[in-house]
Amino acid sequence: MTAFPLTARRASHAPDRPALRRKIRSGREGYKVNWWLTGLMLVASLTVLLPLYFTVAMALKSPDQIGTGTGLAWPSPVNWENFGAAYVATDFPRAFMSTAFVTVFSVLGSLACSSLVAYAIARNWNRRFFRGSFVYLLSAMFIPFPVIILPLIKQTALLGLDNPGGVVFLHVLGGISFNTLLYIAFVRSIPVELEESARLDGATTWQVFRRIIFPLLAPMNATVGIFAFLGSWNDFLLPQMMIADPALQTLPVVQMLFQGEFNTNYSLAFASYLMAMAPTLVVYILAQRWVLSGVMRGAVK
Amino acid sequence: MTTTSETARAAQPAASTVPPKAPLRSVRAKGRIDPAYYWMVVPVLALFAFFITLPALVGVFFSLTNYAGYGDWKFIGLSNYVNIFKDPAILQSYIFTFVFALTTTVVVNIVALAIALGLNAKIKWRTGIRTVFFIPMVLSALVVSFVFNYLFSNTLPVLADRFGVTPLATSILANENYAWLAIVLVTVWQAAPGATIIYLAGLQSVPSEVYEAADLDGAGSFRQFRSLTLPLILGYLVINVILGFKGFLGTYEIIVGLTGGGPGMATQSVAMRIFSGFTGGDYSYQMANAVIYFLITLLISVIQLRLIQRRGVSL
Repeated sequence: MTAFPLTARRASHAPDRPALRRKIRSGREGYKVNWWLTGLMLVASLTVLLPLYFTVAMALKSPDQIGTGTGLAWPSPVNWENFGAAYVATDFPRAFMSTAFVTVFSVLGSLACSSLVAYAIARNWNRRFFRGSFVYLLSAMFIPFPVIILPLIKQTALLGLDNPGGVVFLHVLGGISFNTLLYIAFVRSIPVELEESARLDGATTWQVFRRIIFPLLAPMNATVGIFAFLGSWNDFLLPQMMIADPALQTLPVVQMLFQGEFNTNYSLAFASYLMAMAPTLVVYILAQRWVLSGVMRGAVK
Repeated sequence: MTTTSETARAAQPAASTVPPKAPLRSVRAKGRIDPAYYWMVVPVLALFAFFITLPALVGVFFSLTNYAGYGDWKFIGLSNYVNIFKDPAILQSYIFTFVFALTTTVVVNIVALAIALGLNAKIKWRTGIRTVFFIPMVLSALVVSFVFNYLFSNTLPVLADRFGVTPLATSILANENYAWLAIVLVTVWQAAPGATIIYLAGLQSVPSEVYEAADLDGAGSFRQFRSLTLPLILGYLVINVILGFKGFLGTYEIIVGLTGGGPGMATQSVAMRIFSGFTGGDYSYQMANAVIYFLITLLISVIQLRLIQRRGVSL
């Protein structure tokens, strides 16, 4: 379960100095751009861009512009009213706030709980209780969600947790196996000596964690935070199943509104889809470097 | 937070009767431990047990009853399980789910490896192209499938009609035999970036020296890929297959957004069947289904882990 046994075995000296290697490689032959491949990749990237273009184009059409054709044409008089109408139809501010509530608290909860648990476990690895807790938490990775969902809905309804608050609980606890796994490997790489000097100065375990460990965990915090953000912002299953009050529903679930068989107003629907996608899309494009490196760290674990 | 840290601090003077180095050593030494560590773990463990483990146990319990989700119930032993094995609808959902998961795993890995190879090569505008390719990863699967729903049921037929491709002139979502292909396609669109990231990490861990040696030996680029790249990134392929397959077994959102399980029940996954137990009045029956589903996924995980260990790569 350590960090990189996989790469270590397959290519023993590789992971240490990728930057250096790249320099050597490109320096050797000069950086010759493969134009043929570039063209191929550009064409391939249309598979991603086309659906997005299509969503934007549809969102800007009036209902009669949609009536005919493929929907791929750009609307000639651009129709901005759809956004206003979708804003009203989905009660956007309320759905947005609900989603934001779930996301913010899921992220904060995941960061706090997983890092604390991981710190305690990693520093007491030789104790049976902590090792056992770790194995126990990992067990959730083997339980598919459908298996617990039916009793869970009953349980949360019974406790009055059939609301965004309950969804937060489940996001945090559902992600705890994976997040703790990520954190533990990282905590192990932090030398114990750092803590010992703080303890000599009289710091309690909590202070050590808050002042020393948590700040040092920054790269992992970013990774866990990004996963928690994407997971909870885009989650459909849990809110749909758990949140009883439609007024508290989250953005992805609210999109179901437009799926009625007979009342499909496509321009409205696509404007709404775009409004649901936009926040993550904007954040991703602005911060893609951090998002990708964070996901990369999480994925390669 | 404050109350617990205060109790921890209050505990400090009591410990000061022992030599000053004691709290320091307590990090490692057996026997003495700062209770704060327990405070860090136990509440989370309790919540975890309550919200994850307890529902699982309750579910197993009710799978042995005839509970409909409301009203009275009594024990009926294993008859739910027996009935499931005789239920063609359940069997069909399992077949669909497995065929879908297998196909998707294969396609995702081929696509992701191709993209990763492209992104790792010497292409112009690499950052920009990479940014585009990873967009699907950050979007909601449900919303994405709604968009594709329109593409499949309106845009594609019109285009096919215009170019005279009659088999595609009706929506494939309405076709019992081909609707699942649409689900595969959108799932690949969504899942490929995640797998690509893992492959990219793998490709960057391959030292360039091996390619230089292969160049000297006169190996062509295809030969290099087959004999060098592929074996060297095998471990990453294993991770992708495991993560992917297990994830695809539980697909739900994309099916909801595209077909809703239809036409008929042609694209109803096991997860959807189980969820239907909440409204359908066959709560205990679907719980038995869930237990079987759990055992199957567990078995698959165990087999996969065995295979990995035999290969000598550890996760």
